[in-house]
Amino acid sequence: MRRSRWASAAVLVTSAALLLTACGGGSKTDNQTGGSGAADPDATVSVYGTEPQNSFIPSNTNELGGSKAMQPMFSSLIEYRSDTGAPFNLVADSITTTDSKVFDIKLKKGWKFHDGTEVKAKNFIDAWNWASYEPNGQLNTDFFSQIQGYKDLNPGEGKTPTTDKMSGLELVNDYEFKVTLTAPFSVFLSKIGYLAFAPLPDVFFKDPKAFADHPIGNGPMKFVSRTPNADIKLTRFDDYQGEDKVHFKDLDIKIYSSQETAYQDLLSNRLDFMEALPPSATAGGKYQKDLGDRVVQGHLLGISTIAIPYYVPGYNNLDLRKAISLAINREQITKTVMNDTYTPADGWISAGIEGFRPGVCGEWCKYDPAKAKDLFTKSGFTGKLTIASNADGGRKEPLVAACNSIKNALGVECDFVPATNFGEYRSVVTGKKLTGMGRSDWAADYPSIEDFLNPIYKTGASSNDSAYSNPAVDALLEQADSLADKDAAIKLYQQAEDLIAKDLPSIPVWDEKGVGAKSNRLSAVKLDFGRYADYSSIQVNKA
Amino acid sequence: MGRYVLRRLLQLIPVFIGSTFLIYALVWALPGDPFSGKCGQRACPQAYVDMMTAKYNLDDSLPVQYFKYLGKLFSGDFGETFSGNSIGEMMANAAPITIRLAVIAVVIEAIIGIGAGILTGLRGKGFLDNLVLLSTLFLISLPVFVTGIVLQLLLAGEWGIINPSVSSEATVGELIVPGFVLGSLSMAYIARLTRASISENRRADFVRTAIAKGQPNRRVVGVHLLRASVIPVITFLGTDLGALMGGAIVTEGVFNINGLGGLVFRGIQEKDGATVTGIVVLLVIVYLLMSLVVDLLYAVLDPRIRYD
Repeated sequence: MRRSRWASAAVLVTSAALLLTACGGGSKTDNQTGGSGAADPDATVSVYGTEPQNSFIPSNTNELGGSKAMQPMFSSLIEYRSDTGAPFNLVADSITTTDSKVFDIKLKKGWKFHDGTEVKAKNFIDAWNWASYEPNGQLNTDFFSQIQGYKDLNPGEGKTPTTDKMSGLELVNDYEFKVTLTAPFSVFLSKIGYLAFAPLPDVFFKDPKAFADHPIGNGPMKFVSRTPNADIKLTRFDDYQGEDKVHFKDLDIKIYSSQETAYQDLLSNRLDFMEALPPSATAGGKYQKDLGDRVVQGHLLGISTIAIPYYVPGYNNLDLRKAISLAINREQITKTVMNDTYTPADGWISAGIEGFRPGVCGEWCKYDPAKAKDLFTKSGFTGKLTIASNADGGRKEPLVAACNSIKNALGVECDFVPATNFGEYRSVVTGKKLTGMGRSDWAADYPSIEDFLNPIYKTGASSNDSAYSNPAVDALLEQADSLADKDAAIKLYQQAEDLIAKDLPSIPVWDEKGVGAKSNRLSAVKLDFGRYADYSSIQVNKA
Repeated sequence: MGRYVLRRLLQLIPVFIGSTFLIYALVWALPGDPFSGKCGQRACPQAYVDMMTAKYNLDDSLPVQYFKYLGKLFSGDFGETFSGNSIGEMMANAAPITIRLAVIAVVIEAIIGIGAGILTGLRGKGFLDNLVLLSTLFLISLPVFVTGIVLQLLLAGEWGIINPSVSSEATVGELIVPGFVLGSLSMAYIARLTRASISENRRADFVRTAIAKGQPNRRVVGVHLLRASVIPVITFLGTDLGALMGGAIVTEGVFNINGLGGLVFRGIQEKDGATVTGIVVLLVIVYLLMSLVVDLLYAVLDPRIRYD
């Protein structure tokens, strides 16, 4: 009796193991090293994705998950070089202006949408009007606010629009149109590469909702299918005219709810590319051991700062701000807690932006506990310091480290105040309900020094987390906006940055480097400045 | 029996309305702007907020909102997420996968749990008994995500026996390991429940009668003893199936399974009220039906239990 019981148990375990092996389906990791050098033009590339939060219309897409799917499908007037962010003409043949107020845009001929219709000037004009028209409720409508006539389509709460066409958009002929702004704006040429400015085919206007289920664009890849929460499939558009063609056939954006699982798939080469690594992989530099030369480094145009709101009692004190900034050991934190995935920041503009100068923050962003302590005593601040942020996504650990650094240098209590998620945190900040300092990160919408200043440091701006208000800065920004000459404008923006450096409304802490990873199947891939894969750079090894 | 079933089905209605109203109120009446954070570091344009408010009837009072929602529900329309996806469609895609996963988990935990319970319940004290007790204690003390991640790292990462994530078709073969992870906690409970129940019923009168009348040991255990002892286990399995349908959140996250648990989790994270309400409505119905089935099974298993 007893023997047969053990025997049957052994049989059970063995058969279970065999069952698992057989039904597991997967094979051990495909270790294809290197490659023949030739690229496989018919390959399928899979990338990590998150579920898009909004519908598939360019003017309604503003977050990573949706942009990842939309960007390869649409090409705008200009495009940005993936490493430097410098703009170049894509659909536009030429864009000329004499005063940065009226822009004459000529299009290249022969560009086609995925359904075969031609890309003409009216496709741009109609798309921009549709996005600006208030009843359409598009998320990116603010990007068009500088075009003359915008206020007629989007008059604000409670009022009805008088028309659905902006007076500042004028059709000259099939391949040429003029854009007139309400005031000169030198950065407009950089702005129009943003996804919201993409052209839309005529079929969109007949049924926008059906379009969102099956978008038709003019980009290097076209839409195939989509399963919510599972994947988005795109394929190469063979009639594409632009210079950023892709060199593989199909793109499979796999949607994961957990970055860790995606990382496991990447390690076993079932996923080809991730543009960011989960905290469990970056901890202790584990990713370097796991991946070796499969790590892909990029340079992101973004900056992390800690905003010190002026409306919190006791914080309206320049000595306190200087003391806090001096007390944070940026070098140590980026090396140990962040495992070299960030570099210390010393200015309010990200490195790589035209107009960036190193060392704008100067002495105030260098770690100096003695000087910090002196300034802190001089400031006469009593009470506790706090830093607030959402606690997920790896945001908590560096800020806790910053708090400890402050505590050790200044001898004052410092706590991290968590919010459950990003949405909740942002509602606290925009409602001006912070009770202490708060994390204030910024990623460039388009590569321009103006994008780092106007939305954040202008009085009343939408992302002015610290409630900073300096009429001198406002005046400089407005003056810079209105200049026609880009270089002269950049000089004024730099002057504004210098004034901000004197006031320290927020403390620059670190810049993200951008670390991604690829599988063995890809011989090359680049990470661009916005944290997207540069699809035109992907080369797949021949199997 | 027929009248009993009818009575239970009628009781379903007030419970359904009460619990769904509670969920709807909790999700939508919470203070806080549902549209904050939807536009990154910027505030959302007013036109967008207006359009979404009208779409979800957020301007009406709570009971009115709820009845409008209920009305749409009875015509089969679960509404849309904030990103414009049809919730009914997403649930239809996710539900079969979750059902497969839950059934596999229940089958695995039933087989292993009941098997271990019978073995130890019959023997009494001994090496096997202590082994089962210790291992169940160990499994109970491990959180699900630890079991899941450890198994994923070992089986997929180190040994390469299975794939780290489940493909979007989620075949039965791929779901065996996630099912095991999901069922590991309940397995321990079932083993202990069965063990206690069997060792208690071992001394019962009807077992003595069956042995005295000359039944082979196999039939005494397999037919007479098991049928009576398995009642608490069936209760547990029934409610477990309901719980697993919506509660497999961690396992689904670890193995990247597109089931209802993941859908609810994402809905909660993104404060997508329509998704959460829709899925909870479905789960309430599933729970109520499962508990009815379990109660009816009692009468089948134990002839001493009669209804009305």
